Amino acid sequence: MTSVSDTDAMSWSKDEPAKVRVPWHQRLQPANLLWLFLAGILVVLIIAPMWTLVVSSFTDAKTGGWTLHNYVEAYGKERHITALTNTLKMGAAVVVLKLLFGVPLAWACTRTDMPGRNFVRYSVFGAFIMPPYLAGVGWILLAGPNTGWINKIWHSLTGATEPLVNVFSFGGLVLVTAIGGFFLVFVLVSSAFEMINSEMEDAANILGAGPFKTAMKVTFPLVMPAIIGAALLSFLGAIALYGVPALISIPARYPVVVIQLTEFFSFPLRLEVAAAYSIPLLLITAALLGLQKLILRRKGYVAVSGKGGERRIVKLGRWRWVLFAYCMIVVSLAVIMPLFVLLLAAFSQSWTTGFSLDNFTLSNFHYVLFEHSSSQKALIGSVGLGIAAATVAIVLALFIAYIVQRKLLPFSGVLAFLAVSPYVVPGIVLAIGFYAAYALPPVALYGTYMILALAFITRFLPIAFTTSSAGVRSIHPEMEEAVRILGGGRTTAIRHVVGPLLKRTLAGGWLLIFVPAAQELSTAIFLVGPTTRVVSVVLLDLSEEGELEKLAALGSLLLIIIVAVVALGMRYLGRDFMLRRS
Amino acid sequence: MDGLVLRKLGRRFGAVDAVLDFDLHIKPGEFVSLLGPSGCGKTTTLRMIAGFIDPTSGSIELDGKILSAPSGSVPPEKRGMSMIFQSYAIWPNMTVAENVAFGLNLRKLPADEVKKRVGAVLETVRMSHLADRYPAELSGGQQQRVALARAVVIRPAVLLLDEPLSNLDANLREEMRFEIKRMHDEFKITSVYVTHDQGEAMVTSDRIAVMNNGRLEQIDTPYALYSRPKTRFVASFIGRTNFLSGNRGNSMIDFAGFSVPLGMIGEEVTGGGPITVSIRPQAMKLSATEIAKDKAINLPGSVKQSSFLGETWDYVFQSRDGGLQFRVAAPPADVFPVGAPAWLQIDPAQIVPIAD
Ligand SMILES: Nc1ncnc2c1ncn2[C@@H]1O[C@H](COP(=O)(O)OP(=O)(O)OP(=O)(O)O)[C@@H](O)[C@H]1O
Ligand SMILES: [Mg+2]
Repeated sequence: MTSVSDTDAMSWSKDEPAKVRVPWHQRLQPANLLWLFLAGILVVLIIAPMWTLVVSSFTDAKTGGWTLHNYVEAYGKERHITALTNTLKMGAAVVVLKLLFGVPLAWACTRTDMPGRNFVRYSVFGAFIMPPYLAGVGWILLAGPNTGWINKIWHSLTGATEPLVNVFSFGGLVLVTAIGGFFLVFVLVSSAFEMINSEMEDAANILGAGPFKTAMKVTFPLVMPAIIGAALLSFLGAIALYGVPALISIPARYPVVVIQLTEFFSFPLRLEVAAAYSIPLLLITAALLGLQKLILRRKGYVAVSGKGGERRIVKLGRWRWVLFAYCMIVVSLAVIMPLFVLLLAAFSQSWTTGFSLDNFTLSNFHYVLFEHSSSQKALIGSVGLGIAAATVAIVLALFIAYIVQRKLLPFSGVLAFLAVSPYVVPGIVLAIGFYAAYALPPVALYGTYMILALAFITRFLPIAFTTSSAGVRSIHPEMEEAVRILGGGRTTAIRHVVGPLLKRTLAGGWLLIFVPAAQELSTAIFLVGPTTRVVSVVLLDLSEEGELEKLAALGSLLLIIIVAVVALGMRYLGRDFMLRRS
Repeated sequence: MDGLVLRKLGRRFGAVDAVLDFDLHIKPGEFVSLLGPSGCGKTTTLRMIAGFIDPTSGSIELDGKILSAPSGSVPPEKRGMSMIFQSYAIWPNMTVAENVAFGLNLRKLPADEVKKRVGAVLETVRMSHLADRYPAELSGGQQQRVALARAVVIRPAVLLLDEPLSNLDANLREEMRFEIKRMHDEFKITSVYVTHDQGEAMVTSDRIAVMNNGRLEQIDTPYALYSRPKTRFVASFIGRTNFLSGNRGNSMIDFAGFSVPLGMIGEEVTGGGPITVSIRPQAMKLSATEIAKDKAINLPGSVKQSSFLGETWDYVFQSRDGGLQFRVAAPPADVFPVGAPAWLQIDPAQIVPIAD
């Protein structure tokens, strides 16, 4: 496969014959109808919800007239403002921690001779598969102030009565949020490290710089744009995350924006105020993503995106064990410890009793599978929604990407822009938009799987589009032209050439959507109805009821399903498909 | 009219005419090259013939049937042509044999017939032993052979080739040139070959159409194109040449420092006044002394520069009367030091008047 003459392909498609006026009814040709159809879908998925969100933030709930009152109510109370500033503080702290976790691990795994690099890689990958709220539950089990394992061990060792660590604190909130999201830093920064040509470092060495100096003066500056980009994305991920604050920030008495939003959504429902309150989240996200784009476009990045020539591994000597220890600490905090206690709790009658044979039980699994009112249905619902969202998003995105890349329709750039635009919308804000647009009559989709599916499709459309688009771009148009000149139509070309060539890319994209969609919480939180709960929501319910063993069992089941699907994917796609940057 | 006919063909992109007023008649079985500098409209012309681009003026006919016209065109898949692409466009998801069989399967040929023809064509391109390989496991030249086999196996009405050798290294290119020629001699498929390499065009083609700025400059056999260029562009694009400005009198053409009787030059000159002629470096000979021959022009002068190119000397000669400079090719044994006095002989039959 080749993309050598990409520019050639681009220039071909601009062929615009002379403009002529065409009466409107003649414009309703199949091609234009297709454009209208796709644009219609994107309006339903993106424009209508976002438009309704903005409009309702200016709408008086009672009279339906225009008002600024929602903003007054949203920002008039000190508490609400505190939540906003708290969120920003928390976001900043999380960024620092994620970088401290992600960057050294990325460097260690890509550029050094540290032992156990693959183990670290897989563990980081595990952090991606484990939803943040499950890691959060794990950490509640570990560092709950009285019954948490760490504290109990500390008490029995020292006889102290004060807890050693408390997850219900600012620190706990930051730590748990960070371990749930440093995966992204790792992926972005590793791929930047992998792009660096060792000759650049050699050049510094020849001029007399030692390994340390080279790293500081050459290597790190070259990956800086990637680090900054990762930091911005980390910040956005942290401030929009719902699951971890839902578990931690209330007991920690540290209000944040997402929790405040749920308060507006609880009785009495103040949708318009919630809309007004979510606008800053939207604006911050859009602004920071704009900034990130600017940074990535700067010249410095060119060096990194250049041909990934030969890379030399840094020989760390004895320091490799130090680095290894650090990596092990990070992956223990992020994956091993929370996962271990979670699994243990799932098989325990009471997790506070500790590890013994008497305590062993399978009843938690029996309970969540067969007794609990909604968890079985939620499992099926989550997996079903994951499959539906991933499939529809990929098919829709492929359609649009093909049309855009091959410039089959005029103004296809508009379609592309719309398809990636949900990227700037945090999940919880998207949920409010969907609620405002479709939950209530006349559409009245509240309480259906439909509204969840639509919202999930929207949420993951950008990933689907970037994957499909990269896939289509990698197929030289001449591949299809060769089919056509030999007598096959466009559909033959797609069936025999484009389809088979895209299979792997699309399957990879599908998994990249399925995994988060089956766990999705923040988009679901306002959209689930009494009979359409998804696993993530049921897990939160169980945590409010204090049923942590049952929660752990249900969480494990979800993990098992996801791991099984991912394992199947890896067999088919090769092991590294998710660690590559799409 | 039988064969492929382009009639006043034109294609406009925005404000530029990529191709304009292009007239060409390719006879059945003929091999014609489109030759010209980058951006002159070769690919556009070829893709119009293939049906990937619609013309904005003129038409394309095959055996009397209109294929392309501004009002509508037969889509590429209905033209019964085939094409070899610059990127090879070998489908990486199919084996060599599957690639070659694809067009036959689209034509719903019986399986054993497909097998027979695929086997035969792979034999011809010497790829039988690699029939079950995937393209990623082939070298560039082998991929090119697969592309060739895939294109000719359907016995297309017209075979189109867009710079098929430009991604190969020099040796392979030479080899593939002859391969293409051999395939053409074997199957006699009407072929249109796009290239900007004149050597390639000369080896393969029955006739070469030289293009410039979207227009056809001249179409002729390789030899005629070289020895009888009609325009300044063609004369300088094909090989090297010397341009001389002169003035046509009643019976003579006068150049700076010498004159040639009208009857002696290779072509008939019509009309009076200023005239430009082209003289190839090979149409002249340098010698140390004057050799009087009635049919040759002899000019005294001296050698100004010399470079040795291996197979020839490349001299710059300056005439004494008139100070004209000529580039002259000489065999390796004819050594003249720079500054040495010499005589230049010009064969008047090889003086070609050209249009500017
Ligand atoms: N889709 C297009 N839109 C606008 N201009 C185009 C388009 N395709 C070709 N052109 C222009 O038409 C002219 C002819 O292009 P064409 O590709 O036919 O040249 P070419 O002779 O094949 O050149 P090369 O040897 O570089 O391949 C060029 O000036 C090119 O810029
Ligand atoms: Mg070209």
